[in-house]
Amino acid sequence: MKKIFALLLALAMVFALAACGQQAAPAEEAAPAEEAAPAEEAAPAEEAAPAEEPAAEAVTVKAGFIFLHDENSTYDLNFINAAKEACEKLGVEYLMKTGIPEGQECYDAAAELVDEGCNFIFADSFGHEPFLLQAAKDFPEVQFCHATGTQAHTAGVANYHNGFASIYEGRFLGGVAAGLKLNEMIESGAITEDQAKVGYIGAYPYAEVKSGYTSFFLGVRYVCPSATMEVTFTNSWYDPTLEKEAATKLIARNCVLISEHADSMGAPTECESNSIPFVFYNGSAADACPSTYIVASRIDWAPYMEFCMNAIMNGEEIPADWTGTLATGSVKLTELNEAVAAAGTAEKLAEIEALLASGELHVFDTSFFTVNGAALDSYLADVDDMGDFAPETEVIADGYFHESEYRSAPYFDIDIDGITNIDA
Amino acid sequence: MDKKTHSPLFHIAKRSALPWYVTWGIRGTALLLALVACGVVTSLVTGENPFQIYAAIFKGSFGTPRKFWVLLQNIAMLLCVSLAVTPAFRMRCWNLGGEGQALIGGLASAACMILLGRAGLPNWLVILCMIVSSVAAGAIWAGIPAFFRARFNTNETLFTLMMNYVATQLVAFFCVVWESPKGSGTIGIINQNSQIGWFPTIGGQKYLLNVLIVALVCVGMYIYLNYSKHGYEIAVVGESERTARYVGIKVDRVIIRTMLLSGALCGLAGLLLVGSTNHTLTTTIVDGRGFTAVMVSWLAQFNPIWMILTSFLLVFLGRGAGEIATNFGLNQSFGDILTGIILFFIIGSEFFIRYQIRFVKASEKEEAKHV
Repeated sequence: MKKIFALLLALAMVFALAACGQQAAPAEEAAPAEEAAPAEEAAPAEEAAPAEEPAAEAVTVKAGFIFLHDENSTYDLNFINAAKEACEKLGVEYLMKTGIPEGQECYDAAAELVDEGCNFIFADSFGHEPFLLQAAKDFPEVQFCHATGTQAHTAGVANYHNGFASIYEGRFLGGVAAGLKLNEMIESGAITEDQAKVGYIGAYPYAEVKSGYTSFFLGVRYVCPSATMEVTFTNSWYDPTLEKEAATKLIARNCVLISEHADSMGAPTECESNSIPFVFYNGSAADACPSTYIVASRIDWAPYMEFCMNAIMNGEEIPADWTGTLATGSVKLTELNEAVAAAGTAEKLAEIEALLASGELHVFDTSFFTVNGAALDSYLADVDDMGDFAPETEVIADGYFHESEYRSAPYFDIDIDGITNIDA
Repeated sequence: MDKKTHSPLFHIAKRSALPWYVTWGIRGTALLLALVACGVVTSLVTGENPFQIYAAIFKGSFGTPRKFWVLLQNIAMLLCVSLAVTPAFRMRCWNLGGEGQALIGGLASAACMILLGRAGLPNWLVILCMIVSSVAAGAIWAGIPAFFRARFNTNETLFTLMMNYVATQLVAFFCVVWESPKGSGTIGIINQNSQIGWFPTIGGQKYLLNVLIVALVCVGMYIYLNYSKHGYEIAVVGESERTARYVGIKVDRVIIRTMLLSGALCGLAGLLLVGSTNHTLTTTIVDGRGFTAVMVSWLAQFNPIWMILTSFLLVFLGRGAGEIATNFGLNQSFGDILTGIILFFIIGSEFFIRYQIRFVKASEKEEAKHV
C-alpha cells in the first residue's frame, strides 16, 4: 500500500511539477499487539501447577512475543491466538510485537522486550532464528524459544530452545479427509479414478513444506489409492496474489481438490469461487469459504508456550528441542465442515487419529511410498544444521521414517513417487 | 429562460512570499490541529486517552537508550536513501528506484561477504571489495535508466521504478542460491562465526558507525548541492534544460553524472544495511525506504539539512505507531492512521503557505451578476 501510495503521489508530482503537495504515507517498523493481559503477577502458577510446594519461590513470568506479520496472516494469527490463550490461562503478563522482519529488527525487538522486563521471549518465524539466537547469547538470564527453528540442539546456548509439532500427523489426517472426498467424487461419477488429482501450493521447497505435503499425500492415498498430486511453489510464505494465481494454475491443470502450505487466504478464496474443495492449514476457513472448505490441520502452539512458561516458573530446564504431538494437544484438526466433507469422514478421522496416537500407524511407513520405484530402507537426513548441507543422521528404522524425533523441525525432504513438482 | 450567472464561493490565488514567522506559524498551527484531530479520532475510535497515546508515541523513540539508538539508526538509513535521491530530484529527474538501487548494493555486499569470505580473503580486503562493489552496483542500477533518459529521452520515472522489481527478483534468486538450510529461501546471518565482512562497531554501539557515515554524507551533500559547480549545474538543469543548454551545460552528462551519484549513495545504504547492521540479505531489507525517501525529500524541499528533520518525523511517527500497538493492544494500522492524519495536516499547511483562499464577497457577487 505504502509503495503504491508513494508512487501515485510521486507520479502526480511529476505531472503537476508545480510545487505543492505531498502525501500521507505511514510508518516503518511495526509492532502492533495485544495489550498486556490480566497481570495477576502474584500467583501465576496457581492454576497450572496447583500442588507445587509454596516454599520454592515461583518465578514471575513476563512473556514477550515477536511475530513476523500481524493477524491478517493466518500463520501469525494462529500464534497470536495461542499466545493469548496460554498467557491468559497462566495469568502471565505479556507484550506482543507484530510485523517484525527477519533481520536486525528481530534482535532489536527481542532486546526491547528484555528492557521491558520480559523473561520469556518467543519468535514465530524461521528467519528470526539467527537474530534470536544472538539475543539469547547477549541476554543469558532470559529464556528464548523459537518456533520452527533448527539450531538449538547444536548451538549449545543454554537459554535458547526450538519447538515444533508432529504436524505431519495432522496433515495426514487432512489428507484422509481429502481422500474420502475424492472417493465420494469418484463414486458419484463426477470424476474417474484416474482424474483423482490433487493440487498443492507450497511456500518453499523446504523440508518443512516437503514433509507437510508428503504426509498430506500419503493420507490421501491411504484411502484413495489412485490419487496423484501436483505441487507448485510460491517462494514466499505469505503472498495472497501468488497463492491465488497458484490455485488458478492448479485448477486449470484439472486438479479436483487443493491443499496448501502458505499463509494467506489467497488460495481458499480462489477455490471457493471455482467450487474446488480444499483442505486448509493454520486455521478454519469455514466462514469465508462455506461451500468448499473441508477441514484444516494446525499446530496449536499454546501447549508449548504453557510448557515453557511453567518450566520458567518452576525453575526447570526447557529442553533444546520440544516436539508437540496429538497427545500434547499440539496437533489439531479444526472443525470439520460437514456440508462439504464426504459422509463418514468424522468417524474415519477419529479411527485413524487413534491409530496414530497409539503408534500402530506411522505416517511415513516405508511401505506407503516408493522413491524412483523402489522402497526405501535407509536414509541419511541433514538433522544437524551446521551450514554444511551434509546429511549425517540415519532416520529410517523399524520400517518407518522417524520424523521430528532427532530434532523438532521436520527433516523429511524426499521426493516420493506420485507427487509431481510442476515448477521443476 | 432565466440565465443565472454562478460565481464561485472562493478563489484560490498564489501568494507572494510570506515572512518566515508567518510560514512557521502556519506550520505550527497545522501540527497543533493535527494533534487535536488525532486526539478526537483516538477517543472516538478506541476510547483510549489521547494524551496517553501521545506519551506512548514519544516513548517509542525516547523510552530507553536502546530505543533511541534504534531511532537514530532508522533515521540514518532513511536519510541516506533520501539524500541519495535528492540530487536527481533537484534536477527534476524522478529517481523512484532508490529501493532497487539500495537492494542491489546490499546484494553486492552480501555476494562479497559470502564468496570472498569463503575464498579466505582477509577481512579488510573483503570490506574494501564490499564498499567498492556495492557503491558501483547502486551506481550502475541508476546509470542504466539515466543513460536511456539522456540518450533516448525515455521516462526515468517508470524506468527506475521497474528496475526496483528487477532488483527484488535478483535478490530473491540469490536468496535461494545462498540459502541455508536448503529449501528455506533464507540466507541467515552471513559469516556468523568468522565475522568476515562485518563492519567494526565503534564504542560498543553497533549503530554509531552508520549514524556517523550518514551524517558525513548529509553535510557533504549540502555542500555539494549548494556550493559546488556540479550543484549549480543540477539546479540550472532542473529549472530549464534549454537554459542549461544555452549557457553551455552538457545536460546529458549532468543527468548521467547525477544519477550515478544518486545510485552510488543508495548502494551505500545497501552496504550499511548488509555489512554494518543486518549481516544478512532479504528482499525486504530496504523496507520501503526507497519510496519513503521520496516523501522525506519533498517535505524538506530537497534541502539535505531539513531532511534530517523530516526523516526524524517519519521515523518517530513510525516507531510511535509500533509502541502504541504494543502497549494498547491496537493494531499497527491505528498508528499508521495517526501518522496519516499528521502528514495530511503538514502537507496541507504547505498549500496554505503557497496559496491563499479569497472568499468572494456578496457585493462582488452582485457585481459579477450585472456584468
